[in-house]
Amino acid sequence: MFQNDIEITPDLISRHGLKPDEYDRILHLIGRKPTLTELGIFSAMWNEHCSYKSSKKWLKTLPTKGDKVVIGPGENAGVIDIGDGDVAIFKMESHNHPSYIEPYQGATTGVGGILRDVFTMGARPIAAMNSLSFGEPDHPKTRHLVSGVVAGVGGYGNSFGVPTVGGEVRFHARYNGNCLVNAFALGIARRDGIFLSEAKGVGLPVVYLGAKTGRDGVGGATMASAEFDDTIEEKRPTVQVGDPFTEKRLLEACLELMKTGAVVAIQDMGAAGLTCSAVEMGAKGNLGIRLDLDRVPQREEDMTPYEMMLSESQERMLMVLEPSKEKEAEAVFRKWELDFAVCGETTDDLRFRIIWQGKEVADLPIKELGDEAPEYDRPWVEPKKAAPLPDDAIPAVNDVGAALVRLMGAPDQASRAWVYEQYDCLVQGNSAQIPGGDAGVVRVEGTGKALAMSADVTPRYCEADPFEGGKQAVAESWRNVTAVGGDPIALTDNLNFGNPEKPEAMGQFVRALQGIADACRALNFPIVSGNVSLYNETNGEGILPSPTIVGVGLLPDVTKMATIAFKADGDEVLLVGGHGSHLGQSIYLRDLHDREEGTPPPVDLALEKKNGDFVRGLIASGRVSTCHDLSDGGLGVALAEMAMAGQRGVRVDLGTLTPHVAVFAEDQARYLIAVKPEESAAILADAAKAGVKVERVGTVGGDAVDFGPAGKAPIADIKAAFDGWFPAFMGGKA
Amino acid sequence: MRSAVVLFPGSNRDHDMVKALHSVTGVEPTVVWHQDASLPDVDLIVLPGGFSYGDYLRCGAIAARSPAMLDVARKAKAGVRVLGVCNGFQILTEAGLLPGALMRNAHLRFVCKEVKLEVTNNDTDFTRAYAKGQVIRCPVAHHDGNYFADPETLARLEGEGRVAFRYAEGTNPNGSINDIAGILNEEGNVLGMMPHPENLIEALHGGLDGRGLFESVATSLAA
Repeated sequence: MFQNDIEITPDLISRHGLKPDEYDRILHLIGRKPTLTELGIFSAMWNEHCSYKSSKKWLKTLPTKGDKVVIGPGENAGVIDIGDGDVAIFKMESHNHPSYIEPYQGATTGVGGILRDVFTMGARPIAAMNSLSFGEPDHPKTRHLVSGVVAGVGGYGNSFGVPTVGGEVRFHARYNGNCLVNAFALGIARRDGIFLSEAKGVGLPVVYLGAKTGRDGVGGATMASAEFDDTIEEKRPTVQVGDPFTEKRLLEACLELMKTGAVVAIQDMGAAGLTCSAVEMGAKGNLGIRLDLDRVPQREEDMTPYEMMLSESQERMLMVLEPSKEKEAEAVFRKWELDFAVCGETTDDLRFRIIWQGKEVADLPIKELGDEAPEYDRPWVEPKKAAPLPDDAIPAVNDVGAALVRLMGAPDQASRAWVYEQYDCLVQGNSAQIPGGDAGVVRVEGTGKALAMSADVTPRYCEADPFEGGKQAVAESWRNVTAVGGDPIALTDNLNFGNPEKPEAMGQFVRALQGIADACRALNFPIVSGNVSLYNETNGEGILPSPTIVGVGLLPDVTKMATIAFKADGDEVLLVGGHGSHLGQSIYLRDLHDREEGTPPPVDLALEKKNGDFVRGLIASGRVSTCHDLSDGGLGVALAEMAMAGQRGVRVDLGTLTPHVAVFAEDQARYLIAVKPEESAAILADAAKAGVKVERVGTVGGDAVDFGPAGKAPIADIKAAFDGWFPAFMGGKA
Repeated sequence: MRSAVVLFPGSNRDHDMVKALHSVTGVEPTVVWHQDASLPDVDLIVLPGGFSYGDYLRCGAIAARSPAMLDVARKAKAGVRVLGVCNGFQILTEAGLLPGALMRNAHLRFVCKEVKLEVTNNDTDFTRAYAKGQVIRCPVAHHDGNYFADPETLARLEGEGRVAFRYAEGTNPNGSINDIAGILNEEGNVLGMMPHPENLIEALHGGLDGRGLFESVATSLAA
């Protein structure tokens, strides 16, 4: 028999992830000891994952406004205006902790959760992306995690029917104990058809939609708000199980229902399930909510109110219904063979009341649970920065061609085809650019416009200098959207860091956010949604600071999109931004000389904007259709990728430059473009007029990336190294 | 040409198929709900790709027993042309309208990529617009496309020219026996294929090679 009024011991409080002072706050708030169900509800609402208690103070400092921002952070996802009455709705969210414990289910439910965030607002998802970080390749867990996470991401998105059009995969020893799985989704809606979670009206039915409630994922959000140690295997039951088939039906049913006018407010059940969704709807609408748990559809027998309130069973929604439409609404859900149950009502007393077997098992103030969760100003210290590296400390190589081949076959540069071929990137028939280029591009159905999106962060830069690293993540995403011809509009972020209770880790968070904010302001690139994942630590060691950014932009005319592939022999290759010299924290140093040293390349945001605007103008005017941004591995890696994609080589003239510096420097704000020879003089003249540094670096042709006397990388060799590594690694041979 | 696309709750390339049929034939197809026991009178019935009922066990096994499929079987017997793509192909084999089975891909992973297809037989209602032996581009996206049939069935399929498409130039993505990508029934009015011609029909897709299939059906009907 379930006992709701058991003794609340310090041990029980601590097992709910609540600190003694937080428990005191609960006692003060409700004026008595909480019941067990109430304690569970507080732990669900006040954990880091749901309450953002350590990060809120800093999140408020981020730029979130802009001409095209329709709805910024605070809703299920951000909304931007893309013209013609259309809006794009997008967000990214982490599923790091569950994916490390149970990679397949952790990843699928991450994808499922973010898709639900998007269609809860009335948008049909049209694109997905992801950012995955794993431990070093030879760590015993890495293959298992890669295999499970990739299959899970694919398993859910493929069945649901959303194209996965891009992403990133990286390896680093600092992720050995905590992998990162950040899932992004974007949907399209009409501006006058956006749905929100704010409840309106007293005495209206609260309806439960979707799949039944089971015992899976109980306490998941609390688990995700703590560090890992060696008892991680015991946490497996806190991971939810995904069912994309149900999610697909839930999508279709919700969109059909929304057209009937029956939906007053709607909220998906994600972290902390029924608790979080009900509190959110009530708190936002300044209303109370009463839930009758006996009417909640249940998958298992004898579930307690505690389990029902904390279950994170997937594919569920909560809705406030327009009562006159109840029959119509129910018919839609019956057609899609989903549960539909009126399980509560809105009230005017600002209380969150839970009824079970006729008894009230919880009665809590709803605003304090939601809006007024604890907020901390965590102490932080200026994080240690890497020391600059003197030029003469950087070794040269004899043959930059051979060095380039080695870099292209290294774990972080090698082809991700093994990964992205497991994702359906074509379903819906609107994919204009699939993984392998600078950004994913998806046409907006029935129009000639398209959306470009790119996921980026360079964690080793963030570790060496969180402020510059934060700037760089935003700049690179903006650059990638630009490189396909997109006009960058806004971004979503997924801030993955270590334990915020450690001043050093908190300092990384604070400084990275300041860098992100600076870049957003300078590039007019506001943040419209996001997620914070802290406590990515195991046995005391944290991950590299990893603020993943997904930038989104609009291509007014998709036929003018640029791609990275060289298109014709004889085209001239121009380097926008000029040659670079910065090798600190480069992959040249890391992958060829085994040294992670130096400062990361500084980001000159004004230069970034000027160069990017120039490139975008060239693409928009139809003068350039071949473009690639420079990032990891600089000029050399960019040329190799363009050559492979176009199956034609390039002859590069380095003149008097120091070969390894010119080829591998990772200076920012740079792009390669290829143009018809008769066009190049005019483009160079326009660049001079605009004050943009552009240099001729070579000519398309041949079967190698040929640096003349400095070395030569045959495309066949690059391709063998590039294509070979991932399959060999997963086959146990690398 | 009048066509119908059967919609199962987990179909997800239904919309792609509707767009392709509309684009090539100029006529919007009728979409039929899987619970409808009777399909309209059309010239072509299409079973689109997706995960009809979640397909957690055998792909297409539940869909094959849906009310709509019972009518598809009747109409196929009466000579109506039926095209099953990807999950549609799986449903056709599960329904017994095509022989053989589609097993898990040999490498046990989902695969989405472009492959090359040889038009093995162009003397069919679905392939007339192509030349015999022509190699076309076409994307695949599936987890269970590894075609298998017993030696006797296989010999009949090959002997009777019922292999419509074969993976070419070493691009077999799933381990299918004899590189089989698409097969016909004995009468030639039912085609099942794993690749997605509906995803290569306009400039945005980077090629038009998939149009020929729909053009073939439209031409065959006009003749």
